[in-house]
Amino acid sequence: MGSQGGFYQSKEFLDLVKSIGEARSKAEEDRIVLSEIETLKRRISEPDTPKRKMKEYIIRLVYVEMLGHDASFGYIHAVKMTHDDTLLVKRTGYLAVTLFLNEDHDLIILIVNTIQKDLKSDNYLVVCVALNAVCKLINEETIPAVLPQIVELLAHPKEAVRKKAIMALHRFYQKSPSSVSHLVSNFRKRLCDNDPGVMGATLCPLFDLITNDVNSYKDLVISFVSILKQVAERRLPKAYDYHQMPAPFIQIKLLKILALLGSGDKQASENMYTVVGDIFRKCDSSSNIGNAVLYECICCVSSIYPNPKLLESAADAISRFLKSDSHNLKYMGIDALGRLIKISPEIAEQHQLAVIDCLEDPDDTLKRKTFELLYKMTKSTNVEVIVDRMIDYMISINDNHYKTEIASRCVELAEQFAPSNQWFIQTMNKVFEHAGDLVNIKVAHNLMRLIAEGFGEDDNTADSQLRSSAVESYLYILGEPKLPSVFLQVICWVLGEYGTADGKYSASYITGKLCDVAEAYSNDETVKAYAVTALMKIYAFEIAAGRMVDMLPECHSLMEEFLASHSTDLQQRAYELQAVIGLDAHAVESIMPSDASCEDIEVDKALSFLNGYIQESIEKGAQPYIPESERSGMLNISNFRNQDHHEASSHGLRFEAYELPKQTVQARIPPASLASTELVPVPEPVYPRESYQTTTVPSVSSDAASTELKLRLDGVQKKWGRQTHFPSTSTSNSTSQKTVNGITQVDGSNTANSRTRETYDSRKQVEISPEKQKLAASLFGGPSKTEKKSATGHKSSKPSSHMVKSHAPKSSMEVASEKTSPVQQPPDLLDFGEPTVKSTAPSLDPFKDLEGLLEPTTQVSSAVNHSSTAAVTKSPDIMGLYTETPAGAHHKDSDILSGLSNSPMTNMVGGTTTMQVAQTSKSPNLKDSLEKDALVRQMGVTPSSQNPNLFKDLLG
Amino acid sequence: MIKAVMVMNTQGKSRLAKFYEYLSVEKQQELIRGVFSVLCSRAENVSNFIDAESIFGLDSRLVYKHFATLYFVFVFDSSENELAVLDLIQVFVETLDKCFQNVCELDIVFNYSKIHTILDEMVFGGQVVETSSSEIMKAVEEISKLEAASNAISLIPKSASGWRSR
Repeated sequence: MGSQGGFYQSKEFLDLVKSIGEARSKAEEDRIVLSEIETLKRRISEPDTPKRKMKEYIIRLVYVEMLGHDASFGYIHAVKMTHDDTLLVKRTGYLAVTLFLNEDHDLIILIVNTIQKDLKSDNYLVVCVALNAVCKLINEETIPAVLPQIVELLAHPKEAVRKKAIMALHRFYQKSPSSVSHLVSNFRKRLCDNDPGVMGATLCPLFDLITNDVNSYKDLVISFVSILKQVAERRLPKAYDYHQMPAPFIQIKLLKILALLGSGDKQASENMYTVVGDIFRKCDSSSNIGNAVLYECICCVSSIYPNPKLLESAADAISRFLKSDSHNLKYMGIDALGRLIKISPEIAEQHQLAVIDCLEDPDDTLKRKTFELLYKMTKSTNVEVIVDRMIDYMISINDNHYKTEIASRCVELAEQFAPSNQWFIQTMNKVFEHAGDLVNIKVAHNLMRLIAEGFGEDDNTADSQLRSSAVESYLYILGEPKLPSVFLQVICWVLGEYGTADGKYSASYITGKLCDVAEAYSNDETVKAYAVTALMKIYAFEIAAGRMVDMLPECHSLMEEFLASHSTDLQQRAYELQAVIGLDAHAVESIMPSDASCEDIEVDKALSFLNGYIQESIEKGAQPYIPESERSGMLNISNFRNQDHHEASSHGLRFEAYELPKQTVQARIPPASLASTELVPVPEPVYPRESYQTTTVPSVSSDAASTELKLRLDGVQKKWGRQTHFPSTSTSNSTSQKTVNGITQVDGSNTANSRTRETYDSRKQVEISPEKQKLAASLFGGPSKTEKKSATGHKSSKPSSHMVKSHAPKSSMEVASEKTSPVQQPPDLLDFGEPTVKSTAPSLDPFKDLEGLLEPTTQVSSAVNHSSTAAVTKSPDIMGLYTETPAGAHHKDSDILSGLSNSPMTNMVGGTTTMQVAQTSKSPNLKDSLEKDALVRQMGVTPSSQNPNLFKDLLG
Repeated sequence: MIKAVMVMNTQGKSRLAKFYEYLSVEKQQELIRGVFSVLCSRAENVSNFIDAESIFGLDSRLVYKHFATLYFVFVFDSSENELAVLDLIQVFVETLDKCFQNVCELDIVFNYSKIHTILDEMVFGGQVVETSSSEIMKAVEEISKLEAASNAISLIPKSASGWRSR
């Protein structure tokens, strides 16, 4: 066995392991384990078992439990072993208890004392093992028992002990932050520990602390940066090197911390730029761990206040990841891309092909990650392709958890970006059909509401077309064998409301279908209820239209069944249906007006119409109403629910104020109505909560159904309203503009890869559009607009790639602002801003980089002007943000550049890229040079030195 | 933090299971089975990462590495970096290798408590405390030495052992 550790095993244990290993079935294994348990039970309780034997039994117990069998009979023996003086036995005991027990186990009390004693031991190994147990076994209540000792151990001479003591404190912090809140300074102190291991361990709790409260630790930025610098410069002992990387794990932790501290904090971020840049350069991208550090750098860069140079390095690293053959790296690349596109959306387009490859990869993990990326990139222009893909994937998987997730994402995207209502309905149909039971019921309500309200504009024909197409699609889908309940509810509702509205289908056809549904899904009461109500609506519409109602035989039998149903709800609906059918056209018309689902029902919540009556009652000696909250002992009343509320809404409400003084009320009020409503105070909120099922009271039913729906959906509505309407128009513009850039890019890569596949074309756009949109929106309203027309024409030879790159700094500013303001803004900004921004906004950038140092103030102010002109039309708060950010960005950029770059020349390179954008619309001269530069870049050469031409232009 | 470390063989037999948050035995078994069923459905040459949310709940990722007959599995949350954890597995295996010279599945089975010792030196309460395999080795060797010593002593009358261990 080659074990040199001296862990003795008896023949018995070896045999056990061997026989389990050879077991051919789970049953056989179980049998072996059970007999082992019997043996252990017997042996373990024998008196005078030698310690060594005992130790082995306990290990065997642990093993047995790992195989999934109950070993609780031995727990107490494990606890006893922790009391032993022998290190070996004690350690085994502790190992067993940490694996067996949880912090709330009854036996813990027996251990706390031992732990306390062991923490004081002068054998540091005993202390270590006790600390280990502390992490696992001490709960909130017992923390105080050991806390003082742990704090003492922070100064223990052995670094292993200090390290573990820190971890134990960290654990306490996780379990109960308040218990150690006064000890936080210890973590800071340990950061300066002589031992790098202890310092590294301290980063764990600090990371948690900083995650929870960034601001209190801003002062540590400098320390972290200097530690990271020292680590990167290999000042740590060689022992911490791993695969030629200096302490990579510590670097990673530090980068994570810096990412937190630098997020949205320009000043803090500026301190980090140099060291992060260094690490980017030093990282060995051939080893796995090197890439891990690189990835963490990317995460850090995308989290801190953006720096163009670092963003570029990050983009380079990402493209290396994506081009790699390793799935792991691709995965990380996709993940990193998802982070970076938030700041510089344009970078994704360079990687479209890679992204698509990942999407089609057989590796599920990678695929899902890619969907996540696409989800982040979705815009109104690419939503169709992305959602289609998602749905395809959703259909193909069995994992319900992920299915739910992806379905809700589809829904979310469709709701946000749907290009047309028709598409939305179709998409929803697909989602419902394949994942209906996994989707939130709200989604169904939303869909119904959409169909009912249509576009919300005045365009009635479009609305009715929409409904007709919905009806048609549902009639078609009903042919499918097994549909989810939620979906059927939608279908029934829509068929009931609009099945006969366009006259295409006869009432008997629709009612036939509805009866089929009710029969086919006879064990789903909700669906049946929906179906009955739908039937009632259809019949009501028929009667109101003056046509003869001819109930189908199957409908009759269905009704008979429902009239005798055990479900009172179904019964009631059936009776109502019967009642409605018996009425004359006029009455039906008023209770069930056709297409009235969107009408508002006005509810006089104050019940002012009762004032006179109340007055009268009070005069006659009734007591005034006491609000429910002020009453005692009546709380249970509020439990009254749906059933009563229909009544209440029609006539019961008016009595609610009087429920307390029963006698007087009784005197006043006709007993019949009183009986039902007496004790029902119908709290207002209940009303809106009631829903689609409200059909009980004919006079309100159809209206009520829909209004209630409406009320219910109010929260969601905003999302819908906003997104479908204005963004969809404006964004589509912006995206198309951007396609230009994208396409040039694509073509570049296509030729490079010599794999221009037809199929990619459509998808290409998927990638292209989103980042473009964002990008153009944020910065280049103008330039991208000019190119808009050529958008479809592919390959405009404009140096668009550069433009794209150059956006980085600015777009990031935008992103920052976007965060605070609603996401929709950029597209709009773009639309309005074109004329002005075109010439102005671009010019900011170059100046900033080149001359910002010289005359920052003027630049800034001009920037502000431009941006404000652009933004004014749009939204005030963007503008506000803008005015601030440019100034910041300028300084920062210039600082960095001057700080980082070796010579002004390199600076220029940075500047030129930015410049180009401006130039496209400016001087033809520059344009040439840009094109040249673009070409160079397309060939894959990153100009390491400045382009002389550009220089001339830039420097004037 | 790291939520769980598991070692299982390609038949799905659990060789080591350590959960850093307490879970009942049944739950542990369920998770192990869940992990195994995902692992064995993975093709060769795909990534070492798995989206583990359906098994372990929100914010959990899983990294595994396949060595000979064994899967090494780490489950952790978003505060760790997948690639780094992959290297952590590497460190773990390297350490085992140093410890047992050409580690194989049997070593792990038969040196159950030692494996735990090694792991405890690396991951403490769910946090990575040590990533240098030589440091881990040093600590583990020291423990073994002292344990052996204490074990020898334990044969001597109790009072003496108490005296010696001071």
